[in-house]
Amino acid sequence: MSALTESSVARSAKRVKTTTPAPKVAKESPLSRIGAMTVMLVFTLYFLVPIWWLFIAGTKSSSQFTSTNPLWFADFNLFANIGNLVAYRDGVFLKWMLNSALYAGAGALLATLFAGMAGYALAKYRFPGRELLFNIVLGGVLVPATALALPLFLIFSQVSLTNTFWAVFLPSLVSPFGVYLTRIFASASVPDELIEAARLDGAGEVRTFFTVSVKLMFPALVTVFLFQFVAIWNNFFLPLIMLRDETLFPVTLGLYAWNSQVNQIPELRGYVLIGALLSIIPLIILFLLLQRFWRNGLGAGSVK
Amino acid sequence: MRITKRAATVALLTAATVALTGCSAAGGGTTDSADAADCAPADGAVELSFTSWIPGIEEVVDVWNEANPDIQVAGQTGPNGNGGTYANFFNQLEAGNAPDLGQIEYDALPNFRVQDGLVNLASCEGVMDAKADFVDWTWGQVSFNEDDAVYAIPQDSGPMAMFYRADLFEANGIAIPTTWEEYATAAEQVRATGAYITNFSQGDINQFAGLVWQAGGTWFGNDGDNWNVDLTGDESIMVADYWQDLIDRDLVSTVPAWTTEWDNAYNTGAAWTWNSAAWGANSIASGAPDTAGKWSVSASPQWEAGDEASGNWGGSSTAVFTGSEHPYEAAQFALWLNSSSESLTMLNEAANLYPAAVEGLDLPVLKEGVEFYGDQPIYDVFAEASGQVSADFVWGPTMTQTYNDVSDGFKSAVSGNGTLADALATGQTSTVDALKAQSIPVAE
Repeated sequence: MSALTESSVARSAKRVKTTTPAPKVAKESPLSRIGAMTVMLVFTLYFLVPIWWLFIAGTKSSSQFTSTNPLWFADFNLFANIGNLVAYRDGVFLKWMLNSALYAGAGALLATLFAGMAGYALAKYRFPGRELLFNIVLGGVLVPATALALPLFLIFSQVSLTNTFWAVFLPSLVSPFGVYLTRIFASASVPDELIEAARLDGAGEVRTFFTVSVKLMFPALVTVFLFQFVAIWNNFFLPLIMLRDETLFPVTLGLYAWNSQVNQIPELRGYVLIGALLSIIPLIILFLLLQRFWRNGLGAGSVK
Repeated sequence: MRITKRAATVALLTAATVALTGCSAAGGGTTDSADAADCAPADGAVELSFTSWIPGIEEVVDVWNEANPDIQVAGQTGPNGNGGTYANFFNQLEAGNAPDLGQIEYDALPNFRVQDGLVNLASCEGVMDAKADFVDWTWGQVSFNEDDAVYAIPQDSGPMAMFYRADLFEANGIAIPTTWEEYATAAEQVRATGAYITNFSQGDINQFAGLVWQAGGTWFGNDGDNWNVDLTGDESIMVADYWQDLIDRDLVSTVPAWTTEWDNAYNTGAAWTWNSAAWGANSIASGAPDTAGKWSVSASPQWEAGDEASGNWGGSSTAVFTGSEHPYEAAQFALWLNSSSESLTMLNEAANLYPAAVEGLDLPVLKEGVEFYGDQPIYDVFAEASGQVSADFVWGPTMTQTYNDVSDGFKSAVSGNGTLADALATGQTSTVDALKAQSIPVAE
């Protein structure tokens, strides 16, 4: 995924600079076409079968779950299962979904804004220490979030913020990869002349950023948003360490907590399965919606 | 969510190790909780926090809160102990914001004890008097058999017995085994019908420990100065060789426990018995729904005919953490939680907890016949087993590591590399090394 984005960003960047004529489409042999299709088909299956399994498992009652074909339907109990899940313990699952939406939605939005501003500043303003700053941010890309969870816990303990909304939300606002991506993109797709023109027209720097540059950087910003949203949604270790209060849990941690109880309370297994199925739906919707948007943006950016 | 179980475990272990290192580094500053804490009631109303992983514990806590306006408890639930809550406890102890009370399984208590994480409740009013209210061996688990020491209040227990398919044994004319020798013979007869007598679960080292416990073995000891590690004692090796023989002769299946594969083996009659704990009754009932009414429970097979010994698998306690400002009130709550019949009934209904309190064994819910087991009052068998568990079995301070090392060895043994006894020998060495690495005195 990330390789794909980087290369498409790099490609569009190249086009902006050199404005080469559209590349010739080489006739490809049917053999290589079939080969490529086969490889893609295999990978598609590889990624989709687990989701299919999860969907099928979600439609089964707990007794049929073990005794019927795992990849095909038995009696269709999807809605009954969802109903049970939502009713279990006063709808704590819905609370978790809401929490996840809030952590990931608001977190990704702010993270994108911060990353966009930082990346833009690093690309367009010359100031001492610029490269050093950028390199430090790049270093941040290399540090896995999991490794930071424990130090963050100790720091948050100092200010008595553990087991609060902020303990998960604040660390989510940081996206070094976003800064990297927006910087690369801004230096390629926001022409200095345009900023100069905006300045001559009397716009301040902040206004130029929000009215002119953001529009040109939009594809990159959407990408950063998507990445950050998925990263926060799937972030499991930080909430695990930070939170004790069940009502603050994101859905990943909540389902994990249930899953750890399956030995003693086997009926939870059904809830975990159907819950996992529901918990990936927002991600799928977001991808489908934004992907189109993102491709449009890329296309528009490259023609100008 | 995409994190695999293995990766999660590794991450948790790393975190736990970091926390442990942190703890031992800062250990000099903390007060020594080994001395019986000064345990006086507070003047006014107090608020306590309590972390557990029993879904539904909040309702039990609500009952307490209603009756005790001056001691309000906030219950919180999360993943189970080894799923992250223990690591969190250690982190919180290090950061000084641990909850007042926490659920800790018996096998993890020594770990918290050596890190000075637990308050000795012996001087709290009513705690020592409560000793008689709990089954002897469970009190041994929380006092480490020291005098004047109580590091937690026993909550639940897992006395072991044998679940078996009564219908299949009868239909095939196979006698219900009462000794392990008969069990091996029965295993051959069952295998002749195409099924397996049971499944030796490669990952469940706790079950194996329960079998060693029954055989009279012990894995750890503490003489006050040094820890003894004895994973390769005579009893352990006897149990290991016994199961190795059954595995070698293909008389037991070896699928990982708690998987669909495993459920299916029981659901389809491919496995006939399960040597498990009281809380396992529900695991079968929900994992093998098609076999309702066909199961029964009898006492565990014995090593010598006529013996009456039982092992224990699982069970947890409620501990008060170092740093709690209200150990007195916390102890009162823990005693109520784990010995009042009201609370024990609720815990049993919410999470199938099998009580550690003596009177808890006579709860009305535990006297009824259970439909899944052909209306047999199965908990009578477990109540009897509970009284037959040895009080000598002690857990070590690094059980997570011990479990992981031994179960890695078990997995290779099951696939034909080495034996169960080899795995125990490896576990012995690595456990001694782990203790030394944490500067825990160990006798060799």
